[in-house]
Amino acid sequence: MKEYISNRYNNNFFSVVGALLKGMQLTLQHFFRAGKRREPTYVSDANYFKQPEGLVTLTYPYEALPVPEVGRYRLHNEIDDCIVCDLCAKICPVNCIEIESIKATEDIGITSDGTKKRLHAAVFNIDLAKCCYCGLCTTVCPTDCLTMTKVYDFPETDVKNMIYHFTNLSPEEARQKQQQYDKQQAEIAETKAAALRARQEASNDKGEK
Amino acid sequence: MLALLLCLVFLLLIVIITTYAERKVAAFIQDRLGPTESGPHGILQSVADVLKLLQKEDIIPAAADKPLFTLAPIIMFAAVRAGFGVIPITPSVIASGAYLGVFYLLAIISLDVIGLLMAGWGSNNKYAVLGAMRSVGQIVSYEIPAGLAVLCVVMISQSLDLQEISFQQGILMNQFSGLEKEANYLFGLKALNLDVTFIGGITTWNIFRMPFLFIAFIIYFISSLAECNRAPFDIPEAESELVAGFHVEYSGFRFAAMFLAEYSMMVLVSLVAVVLFLGSWNTPFPNIGPATLATWTTGTPGTWTGHLWGVVWLLSKTVILIYTQIWIRWTFPRLRVDQLMHLCWKVFTPIMLVLVLLTGLWRLWMI
Repeated sequence: MKEYISNRYNNNFFSVVGALLKGMQLTLQHFFRAGKRREPTYVSDANYFKQPEGLVTLTYPYEALPVPEVGRYRLHNEIDDCIVCDLCAKICPVNCIEIESIKATEDIGITSDGTKKRLHAAVFNIDLAKCCYCGLCTTVCPTDCLTMTKVYDFPETDVKNMIYHFTNLSPEEARQKQQQYDKQQAEIAETKAAALRARQEASNDKGEK
Repeated sequence: MLALLLCLVFLLLIVIITTYAERKVAAFIQDRLGPTESGPHGILQSVADVLKLLQKEDIIPAAADKPLFTLAPIIMFAAVRAGFGVIPITPSVIASGAYLGVFYLLAIISLDVIGLLMAGWGSNNKYAVLGAMRSVGQIVSYEIPAGLAVLCVVMISQSLDLQEISFQQGILMNQFSGLEKEANYLFGLKALNLDVTFIGGITTWNIFRMPFLFIAFIIYFISSLAECNRAPFDIPEAESELVAGFHVEYSGFRFAAMFLAEYSMMVLVSLVAVVLFLGSWNTPFPNIGPATLATWTTGTPGTWTGHLWGVVWLLSKTVILIYTQIWIRWTFPRLRVDQLMHLCWKVFTPIMLVLVLLTGLWRLWMI
């Protein structure tokens, strides 16, 4: 072993001192290049792979590398464009989307791509603590209202705060819409029942004749 | 009194700056940024660290030897601080112009070992005892080559007074009482008959008065790294794999005292190296014919120009040595314990013994 080492490395005094000085030269070079900093450029930038020297650290909260446009990070639902079709909740592999819908009683307009909205979202919650960032919900969304944004830094001290509420109805408004719908349904049922009654009476009259 | 204040406040400030410099230099060598948050460029980091440590609970292990445990950091800190007392800061400012300054300094550096052993033993922790044993073994061993290197200088300058040693290494030599009729010759050799007393600058530094002292300086510098427990001789601490050897049980204020003592030690050994080998507070520029660089960069001793130039030269040389210590720490891997002892006993000690002999002969040629 000893012979092998002494053959492999020239162990005389001057080569050892030379090796030590070489090491010190290397660290000194790094010290003097510390004036340069790595720039937070995007990977497609021509300069991205051409920064061989200087400090590599980015002071993260103040500087950050840009993330790709198609990156899969925090979900966002543009509720004004949402038709509350429930497709996203159905496709979700981890069941992190919770939707409760109320049928609208009146005309509630159209989405920005022209689809007619027929449902109110009483509840539209996404639990991002459960989310696995697969992006399936965004692919099935018929109106493209559910998207993944570039935000990836959203820690919370309480896990409950990881549930994002996207509905534009307050619980009172939701209850009101539900009552309106129930009332409308009751009215329809009543008119139907009245019509039925009227028809039955008519047939009874015919039968008597 | 002024000198005492300078020692306590000014040098403590240098220690604080050194701890900051250590982190920044380490970061730059490793392509990192280092502290950035506390103050602009993180300059208040050391202050923040010390304040944090002061606020922590004072924990003394139940089974520890209480008097030893509490006394150890104080002894270490006080001993190293006391060492600064005999360091000449400018031609006219020295806290204690002790006649036996060099001897006192060597004694002070040795006293640090007692603090180490007290800390290790008093902790009542087997790892602390092991760490302290290794640390003490290392420091005591390396005191021999370091002491022999200092002995070489003492033989050349024929004095144990650090201020006298400082005056000998520059153009102000004849202003020191007792040295009025002395003269410096090139390489200290009278036979060459080249009087450099008024040329001064680097030609009168001890490493130039006796060129072999340069080897002694290198060996002193490496030994001082070992005495400060600094990489590549930091087996006692080895913070990357053992948790800090002798001071595992220490926290809070006591840890801060030990930490500061360690960095003060680093500053102290650098100051001693500068005073003994690198011309103390003397300028490095020699007088060359009409360009009296040495005179211009020395000022008049006793006036503010003298003070200013003295402090500037002493500190700039010390800072270079401290930077080198930090630089070495972040370049070289740690020595194994047998390699450490091999280097001390089989390499440095024989070389130093030969150098002591050579210095004795040189001294004969100097008179």
